[in-house]
Amino acid sequence: MIGIINGRVYDPCNGIDGKVRDIWVKDGRIVSPAEVDRSAADIIDADGMVVMPGGVDIHSHIAGGKVNAGRKMRPDDSRGHERPSRELSQSPRVYTRSGTGRSVASTFKTAYDYVEMGYTTVMEGASPPLMARHTHEEFEDIPILDKGGYILMGNNHFIMDCIRRNEKEKARDYVAWLLGATKGFGIKIVNPGGVENFKYKQNVTDLDDKVIGFDVTPRRILETLSWINDELGLPHVPHIHGLNLGLNGNADITAETLIAMTGREAHFTHLQFMSYGGEMGKPVRSAAEVTARVVNANPNITVDVGQVVFGDTTTMTADGPVQYRLHALTGNKWFNDDVEAETGGGVTPCVYRKSNPFNAVQWLVGLELFLLIEDPWRVYLTTDHPNGGPFTCYPQVIRMLMDRDFRMQAFEGISKLARKNALLPELDREYSLYEIAIITRAGTAKRIGLDWKGHLGVGADADITVYADMEDREAMFARPRYVFKDGVLVARDGQIVCERPGQTVYVSPDYDTAIEKEVRRHIEDNYTIAFEHYAVSEKELSNGRQVACKP
Amino acid sequence: MLNQFILITGRTSKQAIGMHKGKHSETYRQAVVRAEMSGPDMERLGLSEGQCVRIVNDSGRVEMPVFMANLPDGMLFIPMGPEANRLIGTDTQGKGMPSYKGQKVEVETI
Amino acid sequence: MTTTVENAVCTFCGCLCDDIRVEIENDRIVKAKRACANGRGMFMDYDPTPRKPRVAGKAVSWKQAVKACARILDDAESPLIYGLSSTSTEAQKKTVALADRIGAMIDTTSSVCHGPTGLAMQALGEATCTLGEVANRADLVIFWGCNPAEAHMRHFSRYSLTPKGRLVPEGRKDRTVWGVDVRPTKTSRMVDHFIQIDPGSDYEVLTTLRAMLKGYRIEAEQIGGVPLTQLTELAHAMKTCRFGAVCMGMGLTMTRGRDLNVRELFALVADLNSQTRFSVVPMRGHSNVAGADQVMTWQTGYPFAVSFAKGYPVYGPGEFTAVDVLARKEADAALIIASDPAAHFPRKAAAYLETIPTIVLDPEENLTARTAEIFLPTACAGIDASGTFYRMDNISIHAQAVVASGRPTDQDILQDIMEAMQT
Repeated sequence: MIGIINGRVYDPCNGIDGKVRDIWVKDGRIVSPAEVDRSAADIIDADGMVVMPGGVDIHSHIAGGKVNAGRKMRPDDSRGHERPSRELSQSPRVYTRSGTGRSVASTFKTAYDYVEMGYTTVMEGASPPLMARHTHEEFEDIPILDKGGYILMGNNHFIMDCIRRNEKEKARDYVAWLLGATKGFGIKIVNPGGVENFKYKQNVTDLDDKVIGFDVTPRRILETLSWINDELGLPHVPHIHGLNLGLNGNADITAETLIAMTGREAHFTHLQFMSYGGEMGKPVRSAAEVTARVVNANPNITVDVGQVVFGDTTTMTADGPVQYRLHALTGNKWFNDDVEAETGGGVTPCVYRKSNPFNAVQWLVGLELFLLIEDPWRVYLTTDHPNGGPFTCYPQVIRMLMDRDFRMQAFEGISKLARKNALLPELDREYSLYEIAIITRAGTAKRIGLDWKGHLGVGADADITVYADMEDREAMFARPRYVFKDGVLVARDGQIVCERPGQTVYVSPDYDTAIEKEVRRHIEDNYTIAFEHYAVSEKELSNGRQVACKP
Repeated sequence: MLNQFILITGRTSKQAIGMHKGKHSETYRQAVVRAEMSGPDMERLGLSEGQCVRIVNDSGRVEMPVFMANLPDGMLFIPMGPEANRLIGTDTQGKGMPSYKGQKVEVETI
Repeated sequence: MTTTVENAVCTFCGCLCDDIRVEIENDRIVKAKRACANGRGMFMDYDPTPRKPRVAGKAVSWKQAVKACARILDDAESPLIYGLSSTSTEAQKKTVALADRIGAMIDTTSSVCHGPTGLAMQALGEATCTLGEVANRADLVIFWGCNPAEAHMRHFSRYSLTPKGRLVPEGRKDRTVWGVDVRPTKTSRMVDHFIQIDPGSDYEVLTTLRAMLKGYRIEAEQIGGVPLTQLTELAHAMKTCRFGAVCMGMGLTMTRGRDLNVRELFALVADLNSQTRFSVVPMRGHSNVAGADQVMTWQTGYPFAVSFAKGYPVYGPGEFTAVDVLARKEADAALIIASDPAAHFPRKAAAYLETIPTIVLDPEENLTARTAEIFLPTACAGIDASGTFYRMDNISIHAQAVVASGRPTDQDILQDIMEAMQT
């Protein structure tokens, strides 16, 4: 039993905004004071400290084929970012695992870096179904954190065949089967149809473009998958990465895509990369106002930002053509992997420079989105790790949001071209701690559909982060005083003190089993592995937790 | 030098199958203790099918029967295995990989 | 009584064929239908009867053997751990954990296989695809310095030569196939066009192709022993195909130039993607060697050649690669798992192993085991132990054991050793 007493609590799900409250923990859960024998409890006096639920990341690339290709391709990212193995005072004897890497850190290091920053749950942004087993194998080596994965479906042959034949019920049953087979958590859509077209050296640029060989459009893929998401009652909403990522002028198509989802719940990821103005071949400008306006007007939409942080990082996405373009543009090394009948993807290192006008505009767009989208419950903090920058930069981004002076100081340092006519200086908004708690845990947990996370109400998982209340919000959020996971103290003063396994959350929606016969035939005809070997079994997850669907 | 060859080592199905019989088996020994060269080279050196030759370079020396195969003149092929590896040096050029293919060897008739 | 297992996974080579029908009588496999000759050998010649470990020439109990291993590793100041290709990722994970714990150098069979391919990837990246993309789409396939007809026998029928796919409905007829090698092989007999190059000239030939595709005029009449007209034809085939794939092997990695040869090929493939779609398929050889790369990479950040001596992973091809470590006599103990360096290393490197305390975990008493201080006859992953394996294109498959095991798995024994250690 643990009591965290006298702390100022920020628990937005329960409307608690900086009130002094005592939090009681028993058997890994938050409990009411009545359930606790105080004399037997370990008491943490959090007087003067800030208490929040553990951080919950809605979109980050931490595990799987692409991430590991990034690690392998970048020994330069590992060198100088080593973490030695360390003996913990656990019994029997436990050592933390050593590791390396900054933007593409090794699995154990990824877990420790997140936990030491006060995060306890992280969702992997994109796993090809065929490589789900790999993703889960890496999850097994990402201790402490709870995690889950979104499954790429926007270029899936079976689904596109169903759409062409107007067999959306069949597509629904297949998606249900696929989520269960991959032990995935939600539907991910990346450049619908464009990744398939890239296999012909082409792309899609418009919602009504044709996908080669399937006679379907990005619009119909989006509509069908969001309908399926509703039908299956998945905990999360469709997780969408739209068209024309990274291109000048893409804000218009992004706005059109957002509006196309009217009447359906949807999450648009890394909106920053999708909110550019200007024309191709001309200087880019921020069009954060365009997309933020649409987000503000459509309560069915949530977004995460994908903030850019200046410095070296690794970009990776299932959007194969984007990575190729970046490679062609920068001459940087390029990894690509086309995945049979499903998807593709690539990896390219990247340096965001303050002095580079394009990069500076990207940085501006992210911050402007944070400040222009009014409802913090609908805009979440991400850097689309590692695409905009490593997640370890979250504390810096938090300070940017909370401290206008700090933000403006940074603004003065960026490319003059980007500063010209920029909107940012006009935005005075400063986030409160309550709002930070929303965009980093309460809002994200709720939107992912993890009801027992992101808050400190009775019954919630006792994932709790206690911060020293420091004026320098970057320092404050970089090194929490205490981090509890499932009621166990796992980090103190920014250092791991206990290693334990985390959970993997997944869904397994019901479906008409008649679909299995067709899936079997589809796999026999289009894949190089047997139907029997496609699915990841429950036994392969040492600590899986199935989350219920509500159709 | 007339009897200088370029040595290529490599996998053969016989070598792999021999492995399953055990690396101490006669099947494996027969699969990996053999060299191959072109017909014209055999003729030039006056060798008959299965005749034993001595193969030498800075790394070591081996003796094994030689057989005719469809190979370019001047090339000697030996299946990967402990015998071939007596002729492979440990220089990896700083990359971890020895020169399993392309080492120079001399073939001497016995 | 005969029992049958359908869709068993053959874990012998990087193809990981997962359609094998295995028949079992009295706990021994008597048939492995659909398996190639190599795979059949693996299934049928393996005797899963439990055997006692051997320490210093004597059969001992597992407990005694584990204790002896722990003593060797406790005493070692600069241990080398090597191998990992023919076992499951579960065992690989445990092996890297052990290396981390004891500050060992750890290297995998990649270093004498596609290690140079990894180095090329680190220099340039790699445009690749899963094998199903080759089967479904590729209208041009090139085999460069590889010989699947002997090493990956079912590659042709399952992935690269004959399969019918969405975009190649006629299978072999819809594909143009080229081969490049220094000698005619069983593979070169299967291709439409064979280019025989001089040994050691891969780099020049690849550079020439790149130059041609960039529009440079080549004045030499032949390059690497190949008439220029033939290279012109190949370059034309490359840029006019819809989806090309080049399967590459040891012919590039084991010769002069090593990773530089592979770099030039990767650069050529990247270049081709400015005109069409092209992928490279490294023909990873053994079993789960691709998985060894994956596990090493996700746990340490590096695919092979790692030292934990400083308490964290340090990468050093040429420094911590096994052949170099042994040739320089730097290791004072060795743990060899699921590989046989005595059979596959240069003799002088292999001979050094005989002079230091060496522990071997392997289902078979291989050449390394014969002279090792300790031999631990573990279960064979894929036959009497279940586990996850990565195919040459990094698709992972869970291989279920097909016969009951009386033997411990590699990971069980490694765990026992770790628990028995003092440090």
